[in-house]
Amino acid sequence: MSITTYELNHLDQLEAEAIHIFREVASEFERPCLMFSGGKDSILMLHLATKAFWPARLPFPVLHVDTGHNFPEVIEYRDQRIKELEARLVVASVQKSIDEGRVTEEKGPRASRNRLQTTTLLDSIEENKFDALFGGARRDEEKARAKERFYSFRDEFGQWDPKNQRPELWNLYNGRIRQGEHIRVFPISNWTELDVWQYIEQEEIEIPSVYFAHKREVFQRDGMLLADSDFVTRSEDEKLLTLKVRYRTVGDMSCTGAVESEAENLKQIIEEISSTRITERGATRADDRVSEAAMEDRKKEGYF
Amino acid sequence: MEFLRFATAGSVDDGKSTLIGRLLYDTKSIFQDQLESVEATSKQMGNEHTNLALLTDGLRAEREQGITIDVAYRYFATPKRKFIIADTPGHIQYTRNMVTGASTADLVLVLVDARHGVVEQSRRHAFLASLLRIPHLVVCVNKMDLIDYDEKAFNAVKEEFRNFAMKLEIPDLSFVPISALHGDNVVERSAKMPWYEGSSLLHHLEEVHIASDRNLIDARFPVQYVIRPQNEEHHDYRGYAGTITGGVFKPGDEVVVLPSGFTSKIASIDSYDGPISEAFGPMSVTMRLTSEIDISRGDMICRPNNQPTVSQDLQAMICWMSESTELTPRMKLALKHTTRSSRALVSEIQYRIDVNTLHRDEKPESLKLNEIGRVSLRSTQPLFFDDYRRNRNTGSFILMDEVTNATVAAGIIVGSG
Repeated sequence: MSITTYELNHLDQLEAEAIHIFREVASEFERPCLMFSGGKDSILMLHLATKAFWPARLPFPVLHVDTGHNFPEVIEYRDQRIKELEARLVVASVQKSIDEGRVTEEKGPRASRNRLQTTTLLDSIEENKFDALFGGARRDEEKARAKERFYSFRDEFGQWDPKNQRPELWNLYNGRIRQGEHIRVFPISNWTELDVWQYIEQEEIEIPSVYFAHKREVFQRDGMLLADSDFVTRSEDEKLLTLKVRYRTVGDMSCTGAVESEAENLKQIIEEISSTRITERGATRADDRVSEAAMEDRKKEGYF
Repeated sequence: MEFLRFATAGSVDDGKSTLIGRLLYDTKSIFQDQLESVEATSKQMGNEHTNLALLTDGLRAEREQGITIDVAYRYFATPKRKFIIADTPGHIQYTRNMVTGASTADLVLVLVDARHGVVEQSRRHAFLASLLRIPHLVVCVNKMDLIDYDEKAFNAVKEEFRNFAMKLEIPDLSFVPISALHGDNVVERSAKMPWYEGSSLLHHLEEVHIASDRNLIDARFPVQYVIRPQNEEHHDYRGYAGTITGGVFKPGDEVVVLPSGFTSKIASIDSYDGPISEAFGPMSVTMRLTSEIDISRGDMICRPNNQPTVSQDLQAMICWMSESTELTPRMKLALKHTTRSSRALVSEIQYRIDVNTLHRDEKPESLKLNEIGRVSLRSTQPLFFDDYRRNRNTGSFILMDEVTNATVAAGIIVGSG
């Protein structure tokens, strides 16, 4: 006779923790939404949210802050998933913010729309009166994110005050806010990059093809491999190379770097992640390289 | 793989950050780019050695002041376990952040400088760990290299700490003599302290038995959310979603729903992945019952022969966390306990505890920031609770300011009435 040990493995524990938070927010807030970028973390979030409310549909819409600089594979994936889940999609467009004069496009070869997203996001929060926004940020990603609560309070300007965060005790979350304020909610705070991949494999979650090794025209910049696209301006000495690469993170094409890789399936990706010596944001994100506290500064302004 | 969540407490001077850096470094959990960034910043700040504290002190203000202000979470794994470190500040000013980090921990690591012995801070950390009923406490007597790895000095610290801990409730207390800087007894046992017969710190963290810390006896299911799909396929589906906070539930079990007191049977325990034959903490599941009764968020499903205390009056230990206000008798606050929200009135402050001497000041006028005391509260609605000692989930609550919405207190239930 087998004896039940009543123990959950680490992935099941992380899943249970995330589901608990999704349900808590759906119960306590009037207008939550799930921020979705098309990256693996937001795909994971969408999967966990689906599990939390099954057999009902998602009780909140999905919000995509669209920089207009997307990987086409990612947009295709987004539309497909939204259709399957019969979910509601809200798109907040950075292009529209530029056209309306809310923000000014950066100039020069290193221009990126990364920072502009904050205004578009905050405008969309105001317009839709969102009071809780689920984000797929993880504490292992970055040192400012290592300081985040599950429920992260934002004032009426969307600002994060890292020196004065609400205490967060046991699994009792304080969702009390005044009108105009909101909470950013991070259900996968405790997941590491490796956990995400192991879970994607366990659950057989479909992900966009850019995560698997493929041949692509890229060029070197600041030690990163950027894809050649209409959204970046190459200087003369930035020569194009055709390499076998994959993406470890997927964001705006103008600031997300690829890594050289042979990993063509999930098993190989997990092997690669297990032995890598470089963090995912260190390897692939130009937006974090601006300064030592780049993420903290952007987060204070209302970034994801 | 199994998780161990542990909190570390101490200040920069105790070598806490060095110890975490050492654990991460020796388990190959620090990445090259993180190390390079820390090295560059150390150089820029004029530090002689690479300052591993920069790995965890991630905020600009923390780097400027060289202190930990808020909890930083770190992750590492060995072939035996996965670890979540809540690196918490030691300074009294940030006690609430230490409590945040420790409230979900299985184990607390308290660092003591071998040269200074047990200081006020060590006593406060041990007291908070015992108040929060963290089942395992490990005292790392650090900087053994600076006292020539002297066994007598280690034993003196051990005895001093034990004398204080005797008055506390600490089910499992152990001591490890270490040098975080040189790595002695951190990952491997050190040849420099042959007199020490225990295991290295990491080995201890890998082996400490935590499976029995959970409550598998008292079945408790606070209803969190009601799932009603209202679509063609699941027309009449009505599922009660939530997290199991104690005991084990099985389909067919007879249950009682609080506060109504109606009894029913579990028809099924559902999940996206299929039916579940046995549900236990901390699983997040959806339950269906055989009869249609009115159940909503904040209700509690349990077994008829094992029910929590149902009362509007509770006795609790309170850790006050507000800088701008004090807890005073007659004060009204918002309360959250399991999935139930209510309002609470402070009936009486019975005593305040001096964390250093454990002396009780009877009938204080108020509790100020970071003060801990025993309080009587009356809730506007009945709560379904257990003694915190028996169940951390159903024995804890938070208090929130109704005007500022700030979380102002952590509450630990010690009784009713």
